[in-house]
Amino acid sequence: MSSAFELPRLEPQPTSTASQETLHPRLLQAPVVLKASGVIKSYRKGKVEVPVLNGVDIEVVEGEFQAIVGASGSGKSTLLHLLATLDRPDRGEIYFEENRIDNLPAASRDILRNRYIGMIFQFYHLLPELTALENVLMPVMINHGMVSYMLQRRKFRKRAKELLDLVGLSHRLKHRPREMSGGEMQRVAIARSLMANPRLLLADEPTGNLDRSAGDEIMEIIHDLNSTYDVTIVMVTHDMSIAAQADRTVRLVEGRVESVSFQS
Amino acid sequence: MYKLLLSWRYLKSRYIALASIVSVTLGVATLIVVNSVMAGFSDEMHKRLHGILSDIVIRSHDLNGLPDAEWHMDEIRQITGDDIEAMTAAIQIPAMINFRNNIQGQWITQPITLIGIDQETYGGVSDFSEYLLHPENRQQLDFLLKENDYGLGKRERFPVSGWARRRVSAEWEQGAVEAQTDGLEIDASDIPPSPFPLVDDGGVEGRGDTVDGLVDGEIPGVPFQAVDEPQLTFDPAVEQHTGIVLGISICSIRGRDVNGELADYYFALPGDDVKITVPNTGQPPKAVSDSFTIVDFYESEMSEYDSSFAFVPLSKIQNLRGMVDVQSGTKSVSTIQLKLKDGVDLNVVKEKLQARFPIQQFGYQIQTWRDMQGPLLAAVQLETTILNILLFLIIAVAGFGILATFFMIVVEKTRDVGILKSLGAPSGGVMSIFLGYGLSLGTVGSGVGLVLGLLFVDHINTIAGWIEKITGQEVFDPTVYYFNEIPVIVNPLTCVWVVLGAVGIAVIASILPARKAAKLHPVEALRYE
Repeated sequence: MSSAFELPRLEPQPTSTASQETLHPRLLQAPVVLKASGVIKSYRKGKVEVPVLNGVDIEVVEGEFQAIVGASGSGKSTLLHLLATLDRPDRGEIYFEENRIDNLPAASRDILRNRYIGMIFQFYHLLPELTALENVLMPVMINHGMVSYMLQRRKFRKRAKELLDLVGLSHRLKHRPREMSGGEMQRVAIARSLMANPRLLLADEPTGNLDRSAGDEIMEIIHDLNSTYDVTIVMVTHDMSIAAQADRTVRLVEGRVESVSFQS
Repeated sequence: MYKLLLSWRYLKSRYIALASIVSVTLGVATLIVVNSVMAGFSDEMHKRLHGILSDIVIRSHDLNGLPDAEWHMDEIRQITGDDIEAMTAAIQIPAMINFRNNIQGQWITQPITLIGIDQETYGGVSDFSEYLLHPENRQQLDFLLKENDYGLGKRERFPVSGWARRRVSAEWEQGAVEAQTDGLEIDASDIPPSPFPLVDDGGVEGRGDTVDGLVDGEIPGVPFQAVDEPQLTFDPAVEQHTGIVLGISICSIRGRDVNGELADYYFALPGDDVKITVPNTGQPPKAVSDSFTIVDFYESEMSEYDSSFAFVPLSKIQNLRGMVDVQSGTKSVSTIQLKLKDGVDLNVVKEKLQARFPIQQFGYQIQTWRDMQGPLLAAVQLETTILNILLFLIIAVAGFGILATFFMIVVEKTRDVGILKSLGAPSGGVMSIFLGYGLSLGTVGSGVGLVLGLLFVDHINTIAGWIEKITGQEVFDPTVYYFNEIPVIVNPLTCVWVVLGAVGIAVIASILPARKAAKLHPVEALRYE
């Protein structure tokens, strides 16, 4: 398994529930992966301009598990889309590993999403015509040309199978999304988001469409990724019990950061 | 890679899109069938026309023709040099034919085009000989009646004709005359003598210029004619008049018998006698006539020619009409026909001839065979072009069908586009998925169409047979077209163009939907339910 992952394996940390004012000590020295400052975004609905984000500042350090919480309409999904460069802020700056990314040209943002930032969604967003394995392979198919892909096909398929094994779906390789349960689809989506070995995983309410037990399974996998494989995770959720497990919880209210709380 | 994979998966999972390209398939198949049939048709027509007409024809505007054919032919040889393969002189004049219908006995009169030919050279400038019914005449025409065997190798059910027929009918006629006179019990001496000297009655009793009246010297005869025709009585059982080759439709009709089988009815057959009336060279022209014996039929399968052409020896017409210059003894002809060697440009030779025989001075019409049949060939060409345009419009309509279907598919696949973009697929990649989809649909559609079309063309006569059986309607009526089969020529280049055109239309129709897909905003596309 470790051959598939270039992420260093860290010693499991003792956890405590006591709230504190700063990040967990293990993350204090970690470099900043993602940083947003003064992000403003509004949407146009007809002639009315609806402000969504009114100057948001956040910071994500390597190895961190950060939760963004807020009521619906607080702008948390919009913020996540901006962080993933799926959309551009009206004002403000976003940095990925100290490089400004909000004003990059489309081709560079495509590459960034393809190789450096993984995403999972509330509605899984798998391609219905493809099997689980093919869905997981999609990021490398996009990254590589036909010849390059065909030459490295074995390697890619091996890694995709290992990832599906990691999320517990090694028996579902040839299944189409419609033949799978919601929990299984989300696990395929997680495997897909890890395929390109990204530095950052953005999750948009990954358990929002799942029942309790399936949601717990997904959270367990995400936790495992964070703690065991040291994947940096930013998760949007409105479930406070999930947010309570995060290293840092950012609360958005009406497009502003209302409070930031830490947990060790 | 993902583009190919997704195009392929969309193709496999969206049968509605396949339905939308059925019209492309049908359009391609129809275009190929129509083009093949039209090409076959026009090729057959070209062959026929060219076979009947010689390459270049020099025609006098005057019915009395161009004087001194030999001088003209020498001049032409000098101008054209080695380009000529064969040359012949001929006379083409309007005439009347008059013959007895051998089924019902009444006399039939028809206008015809009488062509006086030099049988030695005429076969060289056109495929004339090939169209004759008697196999020996196909080798070399000699204007002599053959024993039988007409239609051998061409029309297998041709009735008995030739000498075999002529002897029987002469005997029958003789018997009929005797029976009539016996029954009436009239003695020949009872018939009162005619108050007028006998002139040509055109009957079977011999030719007008050899009957008794002339011998008396009351009408000055042309001296050599008596030498030419020393016999005073004409026995139809063993003798023939000057031979004539008749276009087969002049004295036959093609129709269907009671069983619906194709059948020909002949009003006259080789061995029968006919009378021809032509205008002479007098001022004004007067009608002169003579008897001829049908020695063969001419069947070019071009109804226009088969129903009007009749061929007789050139010298016979020249003598009959008086186209011989008394002083010099030179004879006139009305056309000179040339056949050029392969690869010689018709129009170049035509221009040379026009320069030698300027129209202001000679008044000759110099035409290539294409000029003569220009309107017909142009009509066929126009028909083909219009059919192609119309059928391509069908494919264009199919293109709009594809456009609509693709828009639906793009709408349906909006979320997929969002997913692909969130995974880092560039807009160009998304666009090429849908373009590739259109390309593969177009390829499949026109490929199937190509195969269908070629199969159809290959079995077109069988299919026409089925349709006849099912509908009871003749698809391709041989009584109209004179072809027994539908002629087809498959032009590979046409097939390639048709297929490329159809694929092109499918791709063009997918450009707009593909652009729409590429322009989708990933966030909106992901939100799309």
